[in-house]
Amino acid sequence: MKKLFISLLFMPVLAWASGEALHLDRAPNKLNDKAALQNGAKVFVNYCLNCHSASYMRYNRLKDIGLTDQQIKDNLLFTADKVGETMNVAMWRDEAKEWFGVAPPDLTVIARARASADGSGADWLYTYLRSFYRDSERPTGWNNTIFANVGMPHVLWEMQGEQVLGADHKLSLATPGKLKPEEYDAMVADLVGFLQYMGEPAAMQRKSLGWMVLIFLGVLFVLSYALKREYWKDVH
Amino acid sequence: MSAVNAKLKDLLGWVDERFPLTANWKAHLSEYYAPKNFNFWYFFGSLALLVLVLQIVTGIFLVMHFKPDATLNAAGVPVAFASVEYIMRDVPWGWLIRYMHSTGASAFFIVVYMHMFRGMLYGSYRKPRELIWIFGMLIFLCLMAEAFFGYLLPWGQMSYWGAQVIVNLFSAIPFVGPDLSIWIRGDYVVGDATLNRFFAFHVIAVPLVLVGLVAAHILALHEVGSNNPDGVEIKKKKNAQGIPLDGIPFHPYYTVKDIMGVVVFLIVFSLIVFYAPEMGGYFLEYNNFFPANPLQTPPHIAPVWYFTPFYSILRAVTYPLFGIDAKFWGVVAMGASTLIFALLPWLDRSPVKSIRYRGPIYKTFLAAFVVCFFTLGYLGVLPPTPMRTLVSQICSVIYFAFFLLMPFYSKIDKCKPEPDRLTSSGHGAH
Amino acid sequence: MSNDGKVDCSRRRLLVATATIGGLGGVAAAVPFVSSMLPSERAKAAGAPVEVDISKLAPGQMMTVEWRGKPVWIINRTKEQLASLKVTDAKVSDPKSERHQQPDYCKNETRSIKPEILVAVGICTHLGCSPSEKFKTGAESGVDADWPGGFVCPCHGSTFDLAGRVYKNKPAPDNLEVPPHMYLGDARIVIGEDKGGKA
Repeated sequence: MKKLFISLLFMPVLAWASGEALHLDRAPNKLNDKAALQNGAKVFVNYCLNCHSASYMRYNRLKDIGLTDQQIKDNLLFTADKVGETMNVAMWRDEAKEWFGVAPPDLTVIARARASADGSGADWLYTYLRSFYRDSERPTGWNNTIFANVGMPHVLWEMQGEQVLGADHKLSLATPGKLKPEEYDAMVADLVGFLQYMGEPAAMQRKSLGWMVLIFLGVLFVLSYALKREYWKDVH
Repeated sequence: MSAVNAKLKDLLGWVDERFPLTANWKAHLSEYYAPKNFNFWYFFGSLALLVLVLQIVTGIFLVMHFKPDATLNAAGVPVAFASVEYIMRDVPWGWLIRYMHSTGASAFFIVVYMHMFRGMLYGSYRKPRELIWIFGMLIFLCLMAEAFFGYLLPWGQMSYWGAQVIVNLFSAIPFVGPDLSIWIRGDYVVGDATLNRFFAFHVIAVPLVLVGLVAAHILALHEVGSNNPDGVEIKKKKNAQGIPLDGIPFHPYYTVKDIMGVVVFLIVFSLIVFYAPEMGGYFLEYNNFFPANPLQTPPHIAPVWYFTPFYSILRAVTYPLFGIDAKFWGVVAMGASTLIFALLPWLDRSPVKSIRYRGPIYKTFLAAFVVCFFTLGYLGVLPPTPMRTLVSQICSVIYFAFFLLMPFYSKIDKCKPEPDRLTSSGHGAH
Repeated sequence: MSNDGKVDCSRRRLLVATATIGGLGGVAAAVPFVSSMLPSERAKAAGAPVEVDISKLAPGQMMTVEWRGKPVWIINRTKEQLASLKVTDAKVSDPKSERHQQPDYCKNETRSIKPEILVAVGICTHLGCSPSEKFKTGAESGVDADWPGGFVCPCHGSTFDLAGRVYKNKPAPDNLEVPPHMYLGDARIVIGEDKGGKA
C-alpha cells in the first residue's frame, strides 16, 4: 500500500516535461529609489507616451514618487492640461493601427501583464527593451529576440545604437549610440522600474499596511487562543 | 446595573412573545450540543461561512464602482477592464477591497475543498446526514458557477477566453448544443450581452441561491446533529436531562474555538492580500492584465487553479464512443466528476463512518484519490503533451474508480470496531 | 462545566480584552469600506479649478460655467443693478453676508472681488435646485411689482437679489454660495482656487 502511495506521488514528476523557457535578464529593483523612478517617468513621458497611453494613470499620482504638482506640470504634462487627468495620447488609434499593424497597447499595467513563469514583468520588459536588432525584412527595419516580428520600431535606438543578430543568435552592438551600454541599461532599468510602479501604485501602501494588520492579528490570536483555553479547561 | 438588566430582560421577553429569538439562540447555539472531539478539520465549516460573508460584503462595494460594459472607451480599452483598474487606483481603498475579493475567491475553494475532504475522512455524508451532503454539493456547484461568472467580469484575456472555452463546452451536447451555447452567450461570440448577463448572475442570482442553500445546509445539520472524527452518534448516549454525554454546547465552546480559527485564517489571508495578491499568477492570472482581445488567444490558456482537476478530466477524454465524438464525452466526464460526490452516501457500504476505523483498502483508495486530484489539478494548469495526457487519463480512471468501486471495496474492507463513546476530546489536540 | 454562577475574573478579563481588540479590528476594517464611498481620484480631478475668460462678458450679462458638476454664474452687473443692492438691503435676510456663504474677501456689499463681477454657485440653498435669472425689473409671475432684478428658484419660489442674497421669509435659509476664486490678470478668473491655495 505504501509503495503504491509513493509511486503515485511520483506521477506529477512523470508529467513534468519542461517547455522551452524564455531566458530573461533580471531587472534591477528600482521600486524604492525615487530618483530612478522619477527618471523613469521622464523617459516614459518623452519616449513612450507619444504612441502608448497609460490611460488608468493620473499625472498627479506621480506625487507617490516624490514629485510635486508644479514639477509634474512643468516637466511631464505633455498630453493633458490638468494634473488630475490620465496619461492619454493624442495619436489616433486607427492611424496607429495602419502604421504598426496593431494599435500600440496601453502600458499602465504592462509590467503586471508581462509576468510569466520565466520571470517578472519587469524582467521581460528589461530584456525586451535591450533586445532590438536591425532586420531589413521588417517594415520598421527592427526586430526583437524575445518578441519576434514586433510591430514597434526601436524607439530608443539613438541611445542604445544599433544591434545586429549574429549567426550564433547572439546580439552585438554594430553602431554605438549616444549612451554607453551600461548607461543605456541603467536608463532602461529606471524606465522599467517606473512601469513596474505604475502597474500597481498601491503596492507601497499595501506592503506598509500589511505588517500592521499582521501585528494586530497576532495580538488578537494570542487573546483568542487564551480565551479558548480558558473556556476549554472545563471540557474533559 | 440590575435595573438595567431587568429592563433588558423585559425587552427580550417582549421580543420573544413576537419572534423566537431566545428559542433560536438556544436551538442553534447555546443548547446545540456538538461532539467535544472536533479537530483541525472542523474549522472549515465556520470559515466557509466567514468567506461567504467576506465575498458578499466586498462584492457589494465593488459593484458600486464596477461597470459591466464591453465597449471600448476613448483610450481604446474595454470599459469593464478600465473600471477594474479604476477601482485599483482611483477609488479610495479600492485596491484592498478588490484584492480581498479576488483572494477570497480562491480562499473559498481552499476552505470548501478542506470541508468536503473532512466529510470524506469521517463519513459525514452517511445516514442520517445525506441531505446535509446533498445541500453541500449544491453549494459547491453554485460556488463553481459563481466563480465562473465572476471570472468573466474583469474582462481580461483569461476572462474572455476562459468563458469562451467553457461556454463552448455546452455546444458539445448533441442536437441542441450549438444553439444552447449561443443562447448562453446571447451573441455569436462572448460579448457585451454575455458580460451583462454574467454580471446579473454573479451579483444577484447565484448569491441568492447560495445563501438559501447555506441556510438549508445548516438547518439540516442542526436537525440531525454533527458527526465527529470518531463517526459515533453522540445522541445515542444521553444523560438524565437528555443532553448527549459526549456533547458540549456549541456556544461558548465552539464559538471561542472558531473565533480562534478565524483569526488564524485571517493571518494567512492577510499575508496573501498584502504580500502576494497575485499568488504567483494563480489567484490573479498575469494574462488577465491584458484587456480581452477577441482576435488573439493567449499562447497558453488554463482555467483558474480551483477548476483544473475537472478541466484535466475534460482534456483526458480523447476517444470517441458510440459514434459520438470525444468532445461530448469529455464534457460528460467533467460534469460527472463534479456531480459524483453527491452519490457518496449511497456508494459507501462500510459498517463504520470514520477513517479511524476503516480498513486498508479504503485508506489506499482515498490516498490514491487525493494524489490523483492533486495531479489532475497540477496538469490542468500546464499545456497538454502526450505524456501529460496519458498521466491525466490514468488519474481520471483512478478518480472515478474511487467512487464507482466503493460499493464493493468499502464492504469487504477489514474495519476496526467502532467505539460506543468518543475516544478523545478536541481539547487534547491543543 | 460552568462555574456555578461565580464570576470568573480571569475569564471575564480575557473576554473583555478579546471583545475590545476584536471590536477595534472590526471598526478599523470598516474604514476602507466606508471610505471607498468617498469621491474617487476621478471625481476629484473633475472638481479641479476651472479657468474662465470673461473678456467678452458685457455689462448686464451673465455666463454659466461648470465647476465640480455645479453651475457657477459669472455676472457683469451694470451701475443700475449695483445700485439696486442698496434697495434690497432691507428686504434680504442676511444683508451684511454674516453667515459663512462666501470667502472673506467677498464679504462686502457686492459680495465680490471686483464690484461689478459676481461669481456665485447657482444652486439654491434650500434644496439644491438651480434658480432662474430674472434680470428684468418689475412684476412678472412670482415676483412683486418693485422687483429690482435677481433670481427666482423654480422649485419653491425662493428669491435672490443681484448679489445672490436671499429675500426674507422665503424657504431658502442662506445667500447663494460664492466659491473661492481669483483673477489671473484682468479678464481671467480661476474658480475653485484662490491665493490661499486650492479649495
